[in-house]
Amino acid sequence: MTQPHGTDGAVGTGADEAWELCLYVTDRSPKCLLAIENLRRVCEEHLAGHYRIEVVDLLENPRLAADDQILAVPTVVRKLPQPIRTIVGDLSDTDRVLVGLQLRPHRSGAT
Amino acid sequence: MGNTDLMDPVGAAIGPGLDRAPTGISGLDQITGGGLPRGRVTLIAGSAGAGKTLLGLQFLVAGARDYGEPGVLLTFEESAAKVADNVRSLGFDLDELQRDGLLAVLSFQVEPTEIVAAGEFDFEPLFVILDDAITRVGAKRVVLDTIEVLFGAFGADSIVRAELSRLARWLEERGVTAIVTGERGEGTITRHGIEEYVSDCVIVLDHRVREEISTRRLRVVKYRGSAHGTNEYPFFISARGFVVLPITSITLDYGAPDERISTGIARLDHMLGGGIFRGSTVLVSGTAGTGKTSLGAHMANAACGRGERVLWVLFEESPAQVLRNMRSIGLDLRPWTDAGLLHIWPARPATLGLETHLALLVQLLDEVTPTVTVLDGIASFGDGVAASEVTSMLARKMDMLKARGITTLATALGNGDAPSTLSVSSMVDTWLLLRNVESNGERNRLLFVLKSRGTAHSNQVREFVLTDHGAELVDVYVGAAGMLTGSARLAQQAAEREAQLRQADDVEHRRRELRRSITEHEAHFAAVQDQIAAERAELDRVGLRERHQAADTGADEVAMGKRRWADAVPSDGANR
Repeated sequence: MTQPHGTDGAVGTGADEAWELCLYVTDRSPKCLLAIENLRRVCEEHLAGHYRIEVVDLLENPRLAADDQILAVPTVVRKLPQPIRTIVGDLSDTDRVLVGLQLRPHRSGAT
Repeated sequence: MGNTDLMDPVGAAIGPGLDRAPTGISGLDQITGGGLPRGRVTLIAGSAGAGKTLLGLQFLVAGARDYGEPGVLLTFEESAAKVADNVRSLGFDLDELQRDGLLAVLSFQVEPTEIVAAGEFDFEPLFVILDDAITRVGAKRVVLDTIEVLFGAFGADSIVRAELSRLARWLEERGVTAIVTGERGEGTITRHGIEEYVSDCVIVLDHRVREEISTRRLRVVKYRGSAHGTNEYPFFISARGFVVLPITSITLDYGAPDERISTGIARLDHMLGGGIFRGSTVLVSGTAGTGKTSLGAHMANAACGRGERVLWVLFEESPAQVLRNMRSIGLDLRPWTDAGLLHIWPARPATLGLETHLALLVQLLDEVTPTVTVLDGIASFGDGVAASEVTSMLARKMDMLKARGITTLATALGNGDAPSTLSVSSMVDTWLLLRNVESNGERNRLLFVLKSRGTAHSNQVREFVLTDHGAELVDVYVGAAGMLTGSARLAQQAAEREAQLRQADDVEHRRRELRRSITEHEAHFAAVQDQIAAERAELDRVGLRERHQAADTGADEVAMGKRRWADAVPSDGANR
């Protein structure tokens, strides 16, 4: 709560930097489809225009799970901006998604 | 799979748990009747450092190396490289097994603080990657090392629980024999209660440190559909990995050679019907200073004299001290140590910990390969260790020695008839008791044979005498005044000798008397004979003379008549 309130990193990132998100799924399970949908919605709301989502299907390349240390799906990894952040779940809990992606301060800064 | 189980008549009786995947840990395979339930998930629970990972790895290595069953290790604890490093010293080359396609190692680092949970999820990637690895190496065995780290890491334990349950079922469907490790919990087998769904076999490892002595124990808490040993079995981690020494499963398996070997004391051999059986266990108990160590030294000496290798484990004294003391009774063991036949290992188990002690013993037995082992002062295990632990440890030790066919002499400090607190007597084949007897202001040692299996042994008590040329057994005197030993025995011996001498004198005297008498009588007899002969000769002479005289008289008369001109010739003379 007493954290930087997004005065530096968070506000800046939300605004102009390119976001690179990787969403790991296994096939097109309902949870995964829901996660894709939720992630797109959040990004459109907060990062419109400067984000890129890569969807990785671990069924196509199982070794990636070991290489990228992915145990659960759906998993979102924020590769950019640094540092790397990891969010697990179908992303239906939007508040948790925003905390996980460190987009929360952006919103509070906007008000 | 169930069909093949049922084809086994025993399996039909016990249930589908019969088909087993050997762990390669002999003691554990014996306790479980052959290994872990094949195609099922076994939970290994234990506190940190209890040996869970090692057990799992040994299961995998044995499978890949010895049983043609490749495996997959999924570890959440350490990196794959670190795991390989940790077990390399035990001779497990995980890298090589991986190169040979017999093992796949996957590692995941779970850092709870880095993950944010937002909604529903599952562990499908875990399934995917396991499936990939199982397929790749053709795995029959899977080890998931401390899968419990997943709890808490995702902030949604109900999902983790459901997913682990699904994983266990999936592994069974996949037909692999799996080990899942878990942290010990308070009041529960594992901290997160995963035993509830990983439930075919549960093994608990325990690592206790009491009074700075560590003891590891293993217990099979559950083995569905199968009889199994439920006791706690101490185990240890030796240079070759996990070693479990079950007490009940080995005991009846050893051979029983008929060969007898000497104890190094001729009269003791005689008391035991010609020595002790090779491969048997001899317990020598007695109070302090009764000569237990000397007895052990004699046995070691005799074995080395036969060219055999001996391991002498000293629990109380230093080798130099014992060698010096034995020299004082005329036993110079130095040549044997120099020749490499006698290996002396000073070991204080209390400072090592029982399990380390046992591990070192195993190592030494492997290195020295003795045929005879002397364990001197086994009671000193008792320092700071519960008696029950000591007893079970000793039982395992004796089992181990026996299983290897090693003749063992163990000495124990004990008062009276029982080696105090140690109920090892049932495990030994021959039990000798040394006892001090105090009388006439001196202490003397007595030796009893309390039991000796398979041997017609003497029921006699012998005095155990330590001379400057070794130990000797001497008959004791049993009389109205009781048993006599030491100087009392010597006094009795002297008295008897005197009595014997006296008796001998009397006989000799009588013999001389009679001889003299006979000689006298013989002389007398000879004199009488002489006289008879003389008188007989005299008699003959007398008769002859008479005839001569008669003839002379006739002639005289004739002559006289001639001279007188006798006209008649006397009739007597004329008739002749």
